Amino acid sequence: MKIGLFIPCYIDAFYPQTGIATLELLEKLGQEAEYPMDQTCCGQPMANSGCNRDAKETEALFIRNFSKYDVIVSPSGSCVHHIRDNFDAIEQTDEVRHVRKNTYELVEFIHDVLKVREFPWAEFPHKVGLHNSCATLRSLRTASMSELGEPFFSKPKTLLSAVKGISFAAPRRPDECCGFGGTYSVTEEAVSARMGLDKVTDHHDAGAEYIVSADTSCMMHQQGCAERNGVPIRFIHIAEILNGARA
Amino acid sequence: MSNRPVPHARLAAEFLKDEPHRHFHDERLWDMRQKRDEQMHIMPEWQELREQASRLKEHTLAHLPQYLEQFEENARCNGIHVHWARDGAEHNRIVEKILKDHGHSSIIKSKSMITDECEMREYLEPKGVSVTETDLGERIQQLDNELPSHVVVPAVQKLTTDVAKTFARYYNTDPNIDDPHALAEAQRNAARPVLLSGDTGMTGGNFLVAETGSFVVCTNEGNADLSANLPNLHIATLGIERLVPRMADLGVFIRLLSRSALGSPITQYTTHFRRPKKGGEMHVILVDNGRSERLGMDDFWTSLKCIRCGACMNTCPVYRRSGGQSYGSVYSGPIGAIIDPTFNARKFSTLPFASTMNGSCTNVCPVKIDIHEQLYKWRRVLAERHEIPFVKREIMKMAGRLLAQPTMYRLAISGTEVALKTMPRFVLYNYLNPWGKHRELPHPVKETFHSWYKKNRLNRTKTQREETQA
Repeated sequence: MKIGLFIPCYIDAFYPQTGIATLELLEKLGQEAEYPMDQTCCGQPMANSGCNRDAKETEALFIRNFSKYDVIVSPSGSCVHHIRDNFDAIEQTDEVRHVRKNTYELVEFIHDVLKVREFPWAEFPHKVGLHNSCATLRSLRTASMSELGEPFFSKPKTLLSAVKGISFAAPRRPDECCGFGGTYSVTEEAVSARMGLDKVTDHHDAGAEYIVSADTSCMMHQQGCAERNGVPIRFIHIAEILNGARA
Repeated sequence: MSNRPVPHARLAAEFLKDEPHRHFHDERLWDMRQKRDEQMHIMPEWQELREQASRLKEHTLAHLPQYLEQFEENARCNGIHVHWARDGAEHNRIVEKILKDHGHSSIIKSKSMITDECEMREYLEPKGVSVTETDLGERIQQLDNELPSHVVVPAVQKLTTDVAKTFARYYNTDPNIDDPHALAEAQRNAARPVLLSGDTGMTGGNFLVAETGSFVVCTNEGNADLSANLPNLHIATLGIERLVPRMADLGVFIRLLSRSALGSPITQYTTHFRRPKKGGEMHVILVDNGRSERLGMDDFWTSLKCIRCGACMNTCPVYRRSGGQSYGSVYSGPIGAIIDPTFNARKFSTLPFASTMNGSCTNVCPVKIDIHEQLYKWRRVLAERHEIPFVKREIMKMAGRLLAQPTMYRLAISGTEVALKTMPRFVLYNYLNPWGKHRELPHPVKETFHSWYKKNRLNRTKTQREETQA
């Protein structure tokens, strides 16, 4: 299986450790993953703003970068959601359909495709609050949704439960959006930041030392809100914990 | 009606500044969502009901003319006068005419979103007709001259202290007494004489039943029954999409409505109106006001399935933190954001963007409207019609070009790194930078993933390859 690694712009620029952990983790799991050097973005910022036409060239570039791989894996739920569900500024050729169908978010790739449940090298002796981004929760459906009353399941929690020493905090509103929302974070910054503060406070009040998520974009926003308001909580991507980060 | 885009972001920011209001609003609506969840959990058939409700509505909408005619015929047989209104203006003229024919001039009315949508009070009051809202929340909004903030709890953005002040102005009560019971009593005392003297009763309605030519009004305060039954003249206004084909279908919706709205199994009153009372007269006005046009929109017609429960508002994290007034419309929250642009695309062009697209609204909707997907589609429609700000359009064009060119993009990324390291804090955090207003920026890093990969994988792979070849 030839894996193409998609590292979105904000991980590339601000959270390289998440990209590194993703790659190392895939390697530890016996996979060979390649990072095409000309990749940029999936086009979501333009598409989400309604400017779908402006996403066309970016989508075309994405296809040029990734169509040669059997699967594409990314540590970003929201980007994967975009590629899978909304990536339609360009003509839907076989190539495009192949890419869209075979792009996985890291957790679902490990859980559903590799079906790995053990991470013997991983140990994280901390209480964590699991943040399911809305994209992973309600679009990729990697966990049960509180609104539907379905039986509990959580792919990220299943994976994290194999990590030695980890424990989970139970926030009051586990499914509530943190307010990032892409460009929403700047176009409606006041509401966005309030949601972020409420989110990190909820986790902190539940005793979480860390917020862990499969979406760095949510955490970038939450971290900004926590730091500004002096909420003492740290942030870590699930890839880093599964890859063996201790703190 | 002003055509300027509703400044949702600014109005929401103002709403957030007041801590007690912000906190109460969020918690009160979240509590309603929690109670809705409890109801869902004790009904194993919940998802099946939603599916059934959705299908019934879609079927009805697909055969709307047929069912409307069936309703009209049966209602007429029951002795109800049926009127058709193409738009709000025609609706208001019909009401005016009915009143004139009877020599009436005072309306007591229960809560009805559609008469607000038609701006009926604004039309009738200058003509010497008094219109008194009898629903507590709606009355508070009327006294304060504000639109309803929420489809079920119209004054939910207010605290009891606000209501005490409003009542003091109009009812001469003590502005410092904000005990809910005392306030309710004040409203009751003020409303009773009006109820007894009003010559015309008006209600909205939740459902029209085609098979029986009857309509159903669901309320909790009993004010609709008083409004409808005390005077001899009852006028009910309903949108043409309120239809269900058979009486048997009604159960599906009645079971979902109040559970979704307030988390209560049923409304206190579920009143079926079938024919005028003895010696009385009953009119039903069926309003289109853009609904037929919406029915023709491939992407948005299913928004007509809405039964106005407000569950999407209760669960919406943006609505809970913005307050209904920030939407500048009769219909606020997620459902408002997808139907308001059908009334006026420019004025409500900001609303589909007042969302993080989290999708919770879609999940709670009892008739399974794909609300967040319609929000997404509206964004496209509005951008193509140039109904989004010029600056945003230009930024997106630039971003689209930049992200399509790896070399330029790399340069820009290194620029970001440099900027974060070297730009003074006041530049990054000044008021022009919306990110930094209430948030810190991400921390600068030593190197991007791209350059790490180049060093640690690409070069290594190359060396390894050379080693193997050697």
